[in-house]
Amino acid sequence: MPERVEGGGRAASSADPAVEGRSSTEVREEAKSVEFTYRGIFQKTLAANLCKHVVMAARKRDWLGSTIQRYSDSPERNGIPAKQFAVIAPDEVKLQAHMAKYEPNELDVITVLDDTLCDGVESWAYYGRQPINLRLRRGGTLLVISHRPAEELLKVIPRKDWEWTLAILPGTPSMGGLWVYRDDGTDMRVLGAIARVRPDIIELDEVRRVVESDDQLGEEHLGALEDGYESVRVHRVAAGEGKEDDYEPVRLPGWRELREGIIVEAVKPGERNPHYKSSSDRTMRPVVNFDTCIKCRQCWIDCPDECFEVTEEGLHPINYEYCTGCGICSQVCPVEDCIVMVNDLEFIEEGDRDVFGMWKEDPEAYNRWREEKIARGRIEHHGYYNADTWAWAGGRQAESPVE
Amino acid sequence: MTIEKPVGRQTEKLTTGTQAVAQAVKLADVDVTAAYPIRPYDGVMQAVAKLIADGELDCEFIVAEGEHSQFEICKHASAVGSRVFVGSSGVGWMYAMESLCVTPSLRLPVVAMIGNRALDDPGAFGVEHNDAMAVRDLGWLLFWVEDAQECFDATLMAYRVGEDPRVSLPVGLGVDGAFITHSQTLIKIPDQETVNEFLPPYDLGDRLLHPDNPISIAPQANEDWVMEIRKQTDAAARRVKDVIREAHQDFRRLFGRGGDNPFFEEYMTEDAEYVLFGMGSLGLPAKVMVRRLRERGEKVGFVRLKWFRPFPAEELAESLGRFRAVGVIDRDYSYGSPQQGGVLFTDLRAALYDAERRPKIVNFIGGLGGRELTPEMMDEMADLTKRAGRGEEVPAVSWIGVRE
Repeated sequence: MPERVEGGGRAASSADPAVEGRSSTEVREEAKSVEFTYRGIFQKTLAANLCKHVVMAARKRDWLGSTIQRYSDSPERNGIPAKQFAVIAPDEVKLQAHMAKYEPNELDVITVLDDTLCDGVESWAYYGRQPINLRLRRGGTLLVISHRPAEELLKVIPRKDWEWTLAILPGTPSMGGLWVYRDDGTDMRVLGAIARVRPDIIELDEVRRVVESDDQLGEEHLGALEDGYESVRVHRVAAGEGKEDDYEPVRLPGWRELREGIIVEAVKPGERNPHYKSSSDRTMRPVVNFDTCIKCRQCWIDCPDECFEVTEEGLHPINYEYCTGCGICSQVCPVEDCIVMVNDLEFIEEGDRDVFGMWKEDPEAYNRWREEKIARGRIEHHGYYNADTWAWAGGRQAESPVE
Repeated sequence: MTIEKPVGRQTEKLTTGTQAVAQAVKLADVDVTAAYPIRPYDGVMQAVAKLIADGELDCEFIVAEGEHSQFEICKHASAVGSRVFVGSSGVGWMYAMESLCVTPSLRLPVVAMIGNRALDDPGAFGVEHNDAMAVRDLGWLLFWVEDAQECFDATLMAYRVGEDPRVSLPVGLGVDGAFITHSQTLIKIPDQETVNEFLPPYDLGDRLLHPDNPISIAPQANEDWVMEIRKQTDAAARRVKDVIREAHQDFRRLFGRGGDNPFFEEYMTEDAEYVLFGMGSLGLPAKVMVRRLRERGEKVGFVRLKWFRPFPAEELAESLGRFRAVGVIDRDYSYGSPQQGGVLFTDLRAALYDAERRPKIVNFIGGLGGRELTPEMMDEMADLTKRAGRGEEVPAVSWIGVRE
C-alpha cells in the first residue's frame, strides 16, 4: 500500500536546464508546453482540436510541434479528469529534447476546460488529488473557462512561492465537437485567449492564418477567436496567494514491498477504498432534503458508487468523497426536489465534508443553506452546455451565471 | 547413477502416459479439474474422470465450453485454495493463451499437462513442442517427460515445486503426443503416505481469496506499477532452481528415482567426445543409438533436458563444455530465428555464449508433426555432430527425415 511522504516534500524538479529558474514568459527560444485538462470523454474532442491548433499556429512561425494524450487517461471514463498536451519548439533538436520525456514535466500554460476541475484532479487510484497547477512552470499561466471571479477560484487552487497568472475566459463547460455535439466555437475562444495572454506561445494572427487556410472553418470561427481574445480576464497571482498547499505526493512502493500476485487489500464490508476517492470526477453534487425524504432507499440502492450512508433514522446522507456526481440518485428519487443536483463549485467552503450533522443540529439552518445553494447553482441536466449555438454569440449560456 | 531404496511400498502398473499423470493427480489429491477434449490431452481427462467416478478421487470435475474457460476456471479455483489440474494440446492450448499469460503474473501454481501436438495448419495430431513452448517467456515452468514413469514423477514434482511459497508459479508438463500419451509401459506407483510426505498441502497463506481474507486480485494498474509486478515474477523465477534441487533430493530419498541431476539426464557421457541433446520421448531412440554406436567404438553420449524452464544454463555450460560438439535435436521450429533453427538450439547457444569452454553446437530439426525419430536418424545426427566437432564444415541446422 502506498504511503504519504512525510512533510509532503516535492520531487526535485527536472526542468530543462535552459529554462531553470527563469520565468515561463521570459523564455523565448526554448520549447513550450501547453496542457489541456478536461473532463474525460465529454471534452476529449475539444482538447484534441485545441492541441492540434496550437501546433498548427506555431507552424506559421516555422516552429515544430507535437501533441500527446496522457495514455493513463485512455480509455477515459465519463467525467474523469484527463489531460492532453501540445509541445512546440523552434527546431527539431529542441523538440526532441522535450519529447524525450513523454509527458511534459513543466507547463507554460495549463488550460482548464471545466472550472469544476480547479479543486484538483485524481484520475487514478493511489495518487491522491493533485493540484490543478501542480506542474505549472515558474511564472506560468493557468487559463480557466469560468464565470467565477479569480478570488473564488483561488480558494481551491494552491498557492505557489512565486508569481503566476490566472487567466479566466468567461464561459461554461463545453462538449463542442463530441460525436453529435456540434462545434460551438469554444476551441476558437480558448485559442484567442491563449494568444492574448501568451503571445510567446501563439499569436492571434498565426491562429487566424490557420483558420483562413482551413476550408472547414469560416467567418464565425474568426469571430469566436476575436471574442476569446477580447473577453479573457487576467489576474496576476502573487507569491503565496491561493489555497494552502496540502498536497502530499504518494511514494510508490518498491517491488520488494508490494504484495506478491498482484494483490491489494480489498475493501471490507461497510468500508470504502481509502486509496481512491473519486470525487474529482464530479461537476455537480446531489443535495438532500432530509425533511421530505420518505426513506424509500431508492438512492441508496441505485447509487453506482455506494456513497449513500444509512443512519439510525433510516435517512441516507452522502459521503461526498466517493460521489462522482452522476445524478442517478436525483433521477430515481420519487419526491420532487428531495435530491437536487448543484454545481460543485458552490461548495468551496464545505469541500467533501459531511453535511448531515448540520441538519441534525439545526434542520432550519440546514434548509436555508440548502435552498441558497440550489438557488445559486441548480443544474437540471448533465452539467454541460451545448445548445448548438455559438458560445460567444449573445453572451453566456449558463443558466445561473455567477457574477 | 545411484539407485536408492525407496521409502514405503510401490506397486507396479501398466499405464499410458496420460493414465500415469492421472495416477499422480489422484495421489496429489487434486481438488478441482476442468476439462475440454482435444487429442492427445483427452486421455488424461478420461482417466481422471474415471478415478472420480470410481470413487478413488474426490475432485470437482468441470466440463468447460472451451479451453479458454477451462484454464480460467482452474486459475480461479487455484486462487481460492484448490489444488488444480488442467491440460490441453496444440491449438487448444493456444486458445487458452489469454488465461495462460495471466496465470504466472497472479502467481497461481496451476499444473497443466500439455499433450504436445502440432499447431494447425495443417490440422495434425502428432507431436511438436511449439505448443507448450509458446509460454516459455511468460513465467510458466516447463518440464518435458521421457516416458510414463516420468509422467507420474514429474506431475508430483510439478505440485511440489510450483506450490512452494518461494515460487508459486504454474507448471506445464510437456508430454509427447502418441509416443507417451498413447503407449502403455510399466510404472511404479508409491503409496499415499509417502506421497504425503513428499507433497505438503497447498497453502496460499495470506494470498488466499476468501471472505475471511478480503483481497482484490489483479486490479488494473498503469505504468507506475507494472514493472514492479514483473520484477516480482522475475525474482520468483530466479528462486525456482534451488527449490527444484531441494525437491529432487526429497524425491530421490522417498521414491528412489530421478537420477543425480535434477535438470537433465546424462547417458553414457563420461568419456564422450560428442553428444546429442534433446527433450521428451526421443530419449528412447537416442539411447538405443548411443548403445549401438558405443559397440562400434564411437565415443558418443546423449543428454536429455528435463526442465526447459527454468533453463539450467550454468549447469549445462559446465557439463557440455566437456565435449567437442553438441547436436541439438529440436522437435520444434523457430522460423526466422538467429540461425533459422529450433527453440532449444537457440536457447542453448545463448546459455553457452559466456562459457569458458564452448563446444561446437549444431542443430537438427526432426520428428515434426509426429513423424518418428528413429535410431537410424539419430545415427545420421551423431555423424554430423562428430564431424562438426572435428572441425569439418557442417550446416548449422539440418532437417532430418524430410523428403527432398
